[in-house]
Order: sequence, then C-alpha cells, then structure tokens
Amino acid sequence: MTYTLLRHRWMKRLPVFSSSSMVSTQTDKDTIDLSKFPVDRIRNFCIIAHIDHGKSTLADRLLEMTGAIATTDKNKQVLDKLQVERERGITVKAQTATLIYSHQGQQYLLNLIDTPGHVDFSYEVSRSISACQGVLLIVDANQGIQAQTVANFYLAFEAQLAIIPVINKIDLKNADPERVETQIEKVFDIPREECIRISAKLGTNVDKVLQAVVDRIPAPMASTDDPFKALVFDSNFDHYRGVVANIAVFGGRVKKGDRIVSAYLGKTYEVNELGLLRPHEHPTQKLFAGQVGYIIAGMKDVKEAQIGDTLYLQEQPVEALPGFKPAKAMVFAGMYPMDQSEYQGLRSAIERLTLNDSSVTVQRDSSMALGAGWRLGFLGLLHMEVFNQRLEQEYNASVIVTAPTVPYKAVLSSPKLIKEHGSEEITIVNPAQFPDRSVVSEYLEPMVLGTILSPDTYTGKIMTLCLNRRGIQKNMVYIDDQRVMMKYLFPLNEIVVDFYDLLKSLSSGYASFDYENAGYQAADLIKMNILLNGQPVEELITIVHRGRAYSTGKAMCERLKDSIPRQMFEVAVQASIGSKVIARETIKAYRKNVLAKCYGGDITRKMKLLKKQAEGKKKMRRIGNVEVPKDAFINVLKRKDK
Amino acid sequence: MIKHALHAARRAFSPGLRCFSEASGGEISEDVFERAGSPRLTKQASLYVHWPYCLRRCSYCNFNKYIPRENNDPMMTECLQRETETLLQLSQVSCITSVFFGGGTPSLAHPSTIAAVLESVSRRAYLSDKAEVTLEVNPTPVGKSKLEDYCRAGVNRFSIGVQSLQDGDLKILGRDHSPHQALQTVEEARRLCPGRVSVDVMFGRPKQSAESWENELSELLRVCDDHVSLYQLTLERGTQLFKQVLGGEVTMPAEDVTAEMYQCARRTLHQHGFLQYEVSNFARHKAVSHHNTSYWKGRQYIGVGPGAHGRFVPRGEGGVVREARTQTLEPDVWIREVQQRGHGTRRRIQLSHLELLEEVLVMGMRMSKGINHKHWELFSPQLGLHEVFGTSNDIQELLQSGQLILDDRGLRCSWDGLALLDSILPALLVMLERQISQRD
Repeated sequence: MTYTLLRHRWMKRLPVFSSSSMVSTQTDKDTIDLSKFPVDRIRNFCIIAHIDHGKSTLADRLLEMTGAIATTDKNKQVLDKLQVERERGITVKAQTATLIYSHQGQQYLLNLIDTPGHVDFSYEVSRSISACQGVLLIVDANQGIQAQTVANFYLAFEAQLAIIPVINKIDLKNADPERVETQIEKVFDIPREECIRISAKLGTNVDKVLQAVVDRIPAPMASTDDPFKALVFDSNFDHYRGVVANIAVFGGRVKKGDRIVSAYLGKTYEVNELGLLRPHEHPTQKLFAGQVGYIIAGMKDVKEAQIGDTLYLQEQPVEALPGFKPAKAMVFAGMYPMDQSEYQGLRSAIERLTLNDSSVTVQRDSSMALGAGWRLGFLGLLHMEVFNQRLEQEYNASVIVTAPTVPYKAVLSSPKLIKEHGSEEITIVNPAQFPDRSVVSEYLEPMVLGTILSPDTYTGKIMTLCLNRRGIQKNMVYIDDQRVMMKYLFPLNEIVVDFYDLLKSLSSGYASFDYENAGYQAADLIKMNILLNGQPVEELITIVHRGRAYSTGKAMCERLKDSIPRQMFEVAVQASIGSKVIARETIKAYRKNVLAKCYGGDITRKMKLLKKQAEGKKKMRRIGNVEVPKDAFINVLKRKDK
Repeated sequence: MIKHALHAARRAFSPGLRCFSEASGGEISEDVFERAGSPRLTKQASLYVHWPYCLRRCSYCNFNKYIPRENNDPMMTECLQRETETLLQLSQVSCITSVFFGGGTPSLAHPSTIAAVLESVSRRAYLSDKAEVTLEVNPTPVGKSKLEDYCRAGVNRFSIGVQSLQDGDLKILGRDHSPHQALQTVEEARRLCPGRVSVDVMFGRPKQSAESWENELSELLRVCDDHVSLYQLTLERGTQLFKQVLGGEVTMPAEDVTAEMYQCARRTLHQHGFLQYEVSNFARHKAVSHHNTSYWKGRQYIGVGPGAHGRFVPRGEGGVVREARTQTLEPDVWIREVQQRGHGTRRRIQLSHLELLEEVLVMGMRMSKGINHKHWELFSPQLGLHEVFGTSNDIQELLQSGQLILDDRGLRCSWDGLALLDSILPALLVMLERQISQRD
C-alpha cells in the first residue's frame, strides 16, 4: 500500500520552502492530470457523526495518510476552520478535500466532504449527501449511538447511500465496541461484521477505512461523454475573487475559459479558475465527470451562486438537476446592538456573516426597549448560538439576543384580512403582530419529532420532562440492554429555550437529543401581555399555549420583579390574557432612600453617585409612570444564562 | 486663661473687617442681597480641620484615618497651622464663620493644637468670638477629661460619638468606650457647653430590631442635649464589618427594617421637640449646627488636613471660579508636602456653573426648609427655581404625589419626600442640566 505525496499550495506557506519552490509548485499542479481518473476510480463520500465522536479527527488522519497534509501533531481538526468550530468541537460549514489514494496499484480520487454533525445543519448535510455515494457513520466506542447518529443515519439512508459504520475511539479505557456493534445492528439493521473498529487519534485501522471507501462505496454515475453538468452544493464568498462555488460534476468536463450558464438565473459566466480542494484550493486545468471541486467564474454576489443550482456549457444546455428546497428558518430571535451607536457596525457584521450563511433570514426590527435591530431566523438553536458566537468572535460585535421564538401560523377567517395579506394562511414571526382570535379560524404551531437517547435509569425523569413540554411519545426502543431511544412529537416552542439544558442536567449529561421538523399542528395559542401598573409592555408580548400561559406568565413576572428597581410607588407586574390577569408580582415602594450623612467631605462622592443615577435615568424606558432599566427587559427577553 | 488670651488675640488680628454675623453665632443673615462671586459668597468661609489619627480602627469605618506609629502630634499641629494660613491667604476670605475639628479622632489631639489652629485662623481672618467652634469627641474617660481644656482652647460646641447605648453593639462596631462612659462624657460636655452638645447615634446596626432601636432612642433622649445626628450604618467595602457580613458571621437589618427605624426616629424625636432640619440632623431650641448648615447652603469652606475637602474661590491667585479642592490623603505625605511646598493640596478642579448649581441643589434639598428663592438666586440669578423645575412632567408628578413642594417660599421635600430624597434628586438633576444647557 502506498500513498501518493503531492506537493500542494498549502505547503507553500511553510517557511522552509524558498521562493524557488514556487516554480516546482507550479509544475506540481500539472502533475495532477485529472483526466487520468476515470469515473470508476472516483469515490465521493462524507463523514457523519454525533458531536465529539471524532469525525474531524478521522478527517485529519485521512488527509495525512493520503499526503494531503503533512503528518504532525499539530493537525487538529484541519477542516474546521472557524474558531467556533474548533472551540466547540463541531463542524458548522461543510468542507471538501480531495484525497489521492493508491490501492492495489491503482490511483483513486477520494472526495471527502466533511459535514456538520448537528441536524440544525442538516441542510448542509443533505446538500453534501447529494454529491456523495456513500458515508462513513462514526460512532464513539464508549458513548455508543447518540441522537445525532440516528438523525444523520436516516438522512444518508433516505438518500440511499452506502453506509460504512466506523466505531471510533477503541483505544479508550471504557471502550465497548461489542456493545456498539449490537446497537448498530439493532437500530440501523447493519450486520456487525461491516463495522470497522478504529482509533482515529492513534491512526489504528484508518487504512481499512480507506480500503472500505474504495471497495464498498460505488463510483458516481456520471460519464465524461455527456454534456457538462454540475451541481452547486456550496458556495463561499471571497472579497477579492468573488464567489467560490463548490461543485459536483455530474457529466462531461469543464475547463478554464469555458463559458458556463447558471440554470437558475440564466446568466453566462466565464470560468476564471477551477480545481480541487485538498482541502485548500488547488487549481487544475479541468474538472471531469464524477469529480468534486471549486469553480470561480466572476460571480460577484453569493445570490448568483444559488445552492442547488445547475451549471452547464453555454453551447450545450441541459435539463436542470432537482436542486434543494431552501432551508427554512425555524427559530427566530431579535438581535440588537448593545448600544445604538454600534448599529452600523453590527449591521455590516451581520451582512458579512450572512454572505457565507445564506440560511439565516434577516428582517429589520425595532423595539422600544432595545432600539433598532433585526429579527433573524435560524435553522435551529445551535445554528443560532453558532451565528451569535461567530458574530462576537469574528466581528467583535457585542449583541443582545432576545429569547428565541418560533414562527406561528394563523388561518384567517375574515375575507377582508385574507385580501389584505393575499393569502388565507399567514406566518407570524413577531408576537406583536399576532392576529386576534376573532379574525382567525385556527392557529398553527410548528412541531418537531425529537429523538432522545439515554441510559434507561433516567427514563422516568425524561418522560416527565417531555410530558411537561407537551410532548407526545411516539415510540420507545431499547437499543441495547441499558440504553433507550425515545421519539416524541413536540411543539418546537417547548424545546427552543431550555429543554436541552434540562435534559442534560437531569441525565447527568448522558442523554442526547435531536429533532427534525414535523410540520404544523393546530394549537390553542393566545397572546399574553405583560403589564406594568396596568400599562402593556409591547416588547414583552408573548405567544403561548393556553395550557402554559400561567407558568410562563408567572416566570416572566418574577424575572421582571427581580430586575426592576424599587420606585417611589408600588409597581404591579402582571401577566394578562385579554383583560384577565393571570399572574402578578408586586415591587414594593421605597420607604426610604437617602444617604445618612452628607457633609463637606462627602459632596464629591455623593455628586458622582447622583450624576450616574441621573445619567441612568435618562436611559430608562418609561412605561406609564414606571421607570425600567433596559437590562430589565433584556433579563426577561434574553436566553437564560447557562 | 487661654480662652481670654485667644479672644484678645482674635480682636487684635481682625483689622476692622465686617462680617455678616448674627448675634447667635456664625450664621449669616439671609437678607443681605448680593450676587454670586461677590463678597457675600467669596469673602467668607467655614473651616474644617481634619485630625487623621485614631487609636484603633472601628469595624465599620473606611474613613481617612491612621493609627500612628509614633507621636507626630507636634509636627501635625505645625502643619495644620501652616496649611490653614496658606489656604486662608489663597482664598482671601476676611471672615471665618465657623470651625469644625473632625477626624479621625480629633479628641486625641492636644488642646494646645486646637488653640494653635484657632490662633492661626485669627491671625489671617476675622473669627468672631461667637463663631461656632465644634470638636468631635470620642466618649472615653480620656476624651472626657480633656473637654474643659478644649473649651479653654476655644471650642464652644461638642459633637459626641455615642453611636449606641448597647454594650454588645459597641463591641461589634469596634468602639473603645462603654455606654456608661458615653453618658458621662455627654454630661460633662453639657456642663461645659450647655445647649451646644450634639450626640451621634447610629441605627441599622447588625442584628438591631426596630423595637430595640425605639427603646434605645428613648433612653438617649433622657440624657442628650439639644442636638442629635442620626446615621444609618452603611456597609462599606474593605471594612472588617463588610467581611463579616459577607462571611455570614453578622447579619444586617433588611431595607424595610431600617426604613422603619428611620421613620420611628423621626417621629420620636419630633415628639420630644426636636425639629428635623436636615436628613440626619435634629435640633431643639434652635441649636442647629451652623457649620454643617453652611455646607448645605452651598457656602464656601476651607478644608485643612490630610484628605480634607474644600470649596472656595482662590482669589489670592486671581481666581474667580469656585474650586473643589482635596488635600493629600496620607498624613505622612501630607506633612512632607506642607513642610516642603508650603501646602498639601493634591487636587483642584474648577466647578462649572452647572456643577456649582448641582451641588447647591443636592445639598440644599437635604434641609427640610429646602432651597428658598433667595438662596437659589444667589447662585443662579438668571434662572429661577420655577423656571428650572416648574415645567417638567417628572417633577409635576413628584409635586402631585406630595413628595416635593415648589411654592413662593422655594423648593423643598415634604416630610415623606425627605426620606426618598435620593430618588427625587436624579429627576431634579436631569431637569437642571437640561435647562442650563438650553441657556448656554
């Protein structure tokens, strides 16, 4: 067994190379003659796994063993380029790397597409999957099958991909690969013999993984004789070169200088540069059917490289590939600058970030308490957290994030309103725009199908939690003699805020959870107002299920009580539905608020304190006669601190 | 003997300067009509003298005080004198209306120190023999034994730090006297300066209840003179008490309890004929502290001694704007500076017109009589109280709820409002700033 070591662009950055190596690098490019790789010697595959099961570590080993990167201790999650990915040990953005692998005297081109593990990013996964014929399903030998293992398996299974189960971390003390094989057999109906036991960390058996990729994953169905046809499965934006589109070539060939057409827009572009991703861009002369690579063709706007779009040659039009359904935002949250003077800065940070994450929807919004900001839509909670973290880390923006809400729908009954909205069914993203019961025939709320995997000792507690969150159990299976898999249908609203944290804490961290969208269901929704001394607070309007109104209202009143300072008069904090008050807290009036003594030596300090209070007073939001510090709303609106 | 000599000296060192002095003491008559920056405000001042040393540290105190390693007293005395002369010269005031010796523990100073400072004052300015001269006294047997000598040195009013009549509480507070000693000291002070003795008491002490406070206050009223200062114990960072509370060894009464204590004290004192003339000061038979009143009325004061604050126009160097001045904090450094540079002023900041008015407002509102129109006009001749505060909604609400009063007498808090002053002041300050910045 030999691995071809090719010099590549990445190595140029190593200081040991002198400038003369530029020449050799130039010639190296030409050493990859992609025409030498017919379709039957190409494999396109991705790695899917639950968080922390070692997906990126395996990717590092594969890159090293095929010489794509040098073998050093420093290769840690090479494909995870974002700070947030490295910190959280997750992959957010799919990355592509082409490996050149020699097997039984033949050179193979293995295209590895590293995908996000979390189903929040399943749109990334499903896009990646559409460019693949097989997957490596990684399972931790210690933890066994987890919720995201299941979710990811079904994505691959439904796409009819070859699935190679890989049991990782067999070097760990508590590793129990036997048990994991049993689970795989039971849950996925894959014979245990097909499992490959590895340690990606130590490199144990990783070569067997490469052999299995060649042996078990079919070559792509594509022919170089067909007209050129490629699927855009991802895109990135580069300030200097414009859009860099990742493509899977489904037929024919494409070369520099070709004139290509986007089927979606009908616009024509000239190919400026194309090549492989190894994982860094490696320009080549051509790309052939079955291959995966990147293309730069003078697209100036990400919107021009629509994901799911089909590219073809100008002179040889083809029928467009099916493409993808656009990713749909399922969790919404307000984002506001900490200080209104930072509005412009935050705006450009959000714009830049959404350039590379088109799944985030952006809507301008404003709140009396928080000023001008945006209501952003995310694919899920992790997506939201990751976005927020990237905003803070990569763009140094400090933001206030409000508690997430979900998109409700209302079926209108009033013909006048239907005409106004242009449709019978409307989606409500901002609670302040929730239509009154009298003009609505029914409200709908988004549902999800949740998968929970846990040791069976926690089953009772988990079932109670799910019941409290209006969950309906769909099934419950023992995946081995100790671990249970439960499926619940939940209203999305019930799991967006703290469900996952509670689940983790009541199971001492052992339970895992994932969900997929499960459409909309009719729900008894009501609009709840929060009142301060009888005055409604617009930014605290909340849509709740009738059955949860009291507990939600009470919790909000309590949080407000704790964050509004005493005033000179009593303040009633109430939650109400229509005119009916359902919860109340009282902030007692100050009976005394005066510094005991103030003589000549105390004036300076006293003035400083009072001036600060006077400044703070200017920034207070007044609801009726009640002065509310901004952070009081933030405390109620923002997600709970972890 | 000393007293007579001093009176003679005062006369000798006051070359015919007129001072707006009432017969009752250093109080300035109200009907003199003059403008800010004119002699009315800048030709006179009160004097605060800080004695920084203590024998021990009270558990609640974060004040500027030092436990001396050696006897610095003669040097300190000399420097206090020198700095007094420096600042009197700088301020060009012709009249010192009152003197207050505070600390630290000024009753640790030798009576001759007090006499020496007063002599320095009289050398540079007119100090009426009727001017109020107060000394803070720690009610220990030693303190008590020196009272007579302090009187001879020129002190005519004592402020006695009784703090509590509960033995256990005094121990927790780290005081070095017993309730009995305190009462004896009060008795002796009253004998020497009848009608001119004040007692300091503290409420909101660890574990104190509203009921025990009421009893303690009644006991105190049986022995005290005509002036009571009432302080709520505030927990200051860095004190021993703060650590104890943080560590859970000691619990402080809740906010509602201290509010009740304050209201109870106000009622009780009122029933005994004491008028509350300021947030924490009560007097009967008109025995108010003139010195402190001049702070609340926004008048000039000169601060001498480590860490002392002052507010005056340095006319001696051609200044026309009032400055906020602070002396160097550490006694040793302060002494060195006075010796080497002739003064111990560490910081001087010119007060803008707005800042001056803010201080006048904040301090004035502490008095139950508040700020009358003449008082305000002295500092703000262009913009009257009605113009500044009459139009705001915020303030209208305070007026309507009966916490604030604005009428032809002036601006003041109601009885209920005074207890909430710190909630009222921010609204007033916001309005003041808005009005002043509009005029500028």
